[in-house]
Amino acid sequence: MDLVTLWFWLIALTFTLYFFLEGFDFGVDVLRPTLARTEAEERALTGTIGPFWDGNEVWVIAAAGLMFSTFPVWYGAVFSGMYPLFVLILLALLLRGVSFEYRNQVDSERWRALWDWMSFGGSVVPSFLWGVIMAKLIEGLPVDADGRVEGGFAAMFTPFSVVGGVTTLLLFVLHGANFLLLRLHTDTVLYRRARKAALRWGALATVAIVAFVVMGYVTEDLFEDFGVVPWAFPIAAFLTLASIWLALVRRRDTLAFTMSGLTVLFATVTVFIALFTRGEVLPSTLRAEYGLTLQESAAQHYTLVLMTWVGAIFLPLIIGYQIWNYYVFRERVRPDEGALSHGY
Amino acid sequence: MDVVDLSRFQFASTSIFHFFFVSLTVGLAFLIAVMETIAYRRSDRREVYGKMTNFFGHLFLINFAVGVVTGIVQEFQFGMNWSRFSSFVGNIFGVPLALEVLMAFFLESTFIGLWWFGKDRLRPWMRLGSIWLVAIGTQISAFWIVLANAWMHHPVGYEVVDGQARLTDFTAVVFNYKAWLYFAHVQGSAWVVAGFLVLGVSAYHLLKRQDSDVFSRSLRIGLVFAAIGTVFSIVSGHTAAQVSREDQPMKFAAMEAQWETSDSPAPWSLVAVIDQENRENTFSLEIPYVGSILAYNSLEGRYEGLNPLNEEYQERYGEGDYIPPVAWVYWSFRIMVAIGSLLLATAFLGLFLWWRRKRGLDTTRWYLRALVLFIPLPWIANFTGWIVTEMGRQPFMVYGELTVTEGVSANTAGEVLAGLIGLWAVYLALIGLDVYLLTVTARAGIHRKPEAQLVAAPAPDYEGAGFQGYEKRD
Repeated sequence: MDLVTLWFWLIALTFTLYFFLEGFDFGVDVLRPTLARTEAEERALTGTIGPFWDGNEVWVIAAAGLMFSTFPVWYGAVFSGMYPLFVLILLALLLRGVSFEYRNQVDSERWRALWDWMSFGGSVVPSFLWGVIMAKLIEGLPVDADGRVEGGFAAMFTPFSVVGGVTTLLLFVLHGANFLLLRLHTDTVLYRRARKAALRWGALATVAIVAFVVMGYVTEDLFEDFGVVPWAFPIAAFLTLASIWLALVRRRDTLAFTMSGLTVLFATVTVFIALFTRGEVLPSTLRAEYGLTLQESAAQHYTLVLMTWVGAIFLPLIIGYQIWNYYVFRERVRPDEGALSHGY
Repeated sequence: MDVVDLSRFQFASTSIFHFFFVSLTVGLAFLIAVMETIAYRRSDRREVYGKMTNFFGHLFLINFAVGVVTGIVQEFQFGMNWSRFSSFVGNIFGVPLALEVLMAFFLESTFIGLWWFGKDRLRPWMRLGSIWLVAIGTQISAFWIVLANAWMHHPVGYEVVDGQARLTDFTAVVFNYKAWLYFAHVQGSAWVVAGFLVLGVSAYHLLKRQDSDVFSRSLRIGLVFAAIGTVFSIVSGHTAAQVSREDQPMKFAAMEAQWETSDSPAPWSLVAVIDQENRENTFSLEIPYVGSILAYNSLEGRYEGLNPLNEEYQERYGEGDYIPPVAWVYWSFRIMVAIGSLLLATAFLGLFLWWRRKRGLDTTRWYLRALVLFIPLPWIANFTGWIVTEMGRQPFMVYGELTVTEGVSANTAGEVLAGLIGLWAVYLALIGLDVYLLTVTARAGIHRKPEAQLVAAPAPDYEGAGFQGYEKRD
């Protein structure tokens, strides 16, 4: 495997880890208004992700940073080509990030309600838009000869990309509900509500992912060049998703969470496989030759060698201490400990 | 305004807002680590230093998250607004950026949670280790991002092939003298920000005569940091200015609003009325010799002016106007230097008061009042400092290689403007809230009622929360 290929897959890994990790903390924030009925419950739910969300979010900075250093042209084209979407994601992440910290600094109902909306909206928007962005990567953008994207904001939303957005949103909500099953005390009402939510959102997510796969098959050439096992990843995504239902009914919480995590992984990998097999990381919908290929968007060999050393040293280290972080805060959360719950 | 101006304005505002928060984070992390180390080592002072750590730790946390989220904008906007720049420099510029994320961001944001929330779960040495890792992480982060910035001012270790910069020597990039100078300067100014915040907050409570046992000690820690920080940033800043006379002469001339090559010995302009259009000063109040001292540490020596430099640049880089916005650079430089000198004097006056009489520092009330008033000054100095260094290298993005016009993305002005309005609205709200919450928390002091604070984190109890584990160790 040459270094360009290696780094393409490391970028895929970084995005996968980001969606896997921040996926569930987004999900918890989206679910919070419907699950929590009291202030103590609100805080317990925030407490389940309090010590983790910040470390999770750094993975998106890592994804951008690694993309910049190893695929500078691709990085520039994607981030400027979908400019309005990234602005919206940034605004959402800004407001949501500080809501953890600011919500409980002033003792007022309206103040708290304001920040609850920020953390809800600030999680819904990026959850949806990341799906749109991933779908647009497959579908391509109206990139012209000068690298300018024509059509502006409206061009970002096609039926395929909107279904992609809905899929990631629902997947993250399901993933968040499953995460809550691991983090809440099993004898609480909140825990039971989380299980119900997982079943309900899981069903919707299954419908969405089937729709996305079918649309991908019908309108895109997504699954044409898959080689030996063309359907492996979308089918795996569907199967793991379906198995969650079984896990939830049988009360196998860890299995359910693992499965929703695998679904996120398979779904993300599907996108990157589609890009990789075409050899085109950002196709142009106007003319094929305006598209961006993997090789031409990569950094020079020396940079890739350097980055491989950097990645080999630091990625395992980071994953190691993040796992330790989860281990330290493994204890389940209970609403009546509201005042002592964790969260910024 | 066209898309270049809008994108420049957006980059400037994001960087300045981001640095508003992180300069405090970088400096304060170290101060808190020192406070906690004292609490760890001195069992007789544990209660006092435990309270101090928790109190300033709370201020630190209010500020920390905003620094993280504005950092995401910082990381995205190279690609969003400057995609041609990203393609041009990606081979080199992306590496320090990626190193910053992998070596620092993960470290900071994981261990800050472990430090704060892990109070009753971690052993004391692990908790102490966590805050030190956060402090070290902030330094690493500052180093790599400043290294990337310095490369744009003074590109080294590269060659340009087919309109793309290619890395030839990464060691040269790491040991770029400009990077180390800028790092020293940024580091020093972060210590000044944090030192004067701790000084001001401590002085406020000493004036109110509450919790003097904690605040007279934090005042001394703050003073030591502030004194070191001011010396550090002034020495490195002075050196950076002299270096820029050699490698960015245009910036140096703009700092002095020197249109024609100066005499030797060169005077130094204290105030001037600058006419950028006609390329002259209509008025300038000058002090003899100081210009040469500034440029050469000597009583003689001349330096080139903007107009002759412009002709030189045109010969080298082609037609165009290479003179930066002189008035901005000139006045920002003066404001920065004035504040820096004032803060240096303040810090050393404090050391003098402390040396003269043991309680002299706590009882000189006019001095304490001045400290409270001076809290915002380091931020203004930072802000103007960035204006000097970034506006002073216009129109270049990568000095001598790429101008801002060549580096900008193919976005429409409307897109960028819409995004800019959204970002500004959020930035203003965040900065307002940050200042408000810092003020409220700082004023409330240690004996604030938990209800008033209602922090989701177990912060309310400053009384020594998180230091219970120490008993087992003693």
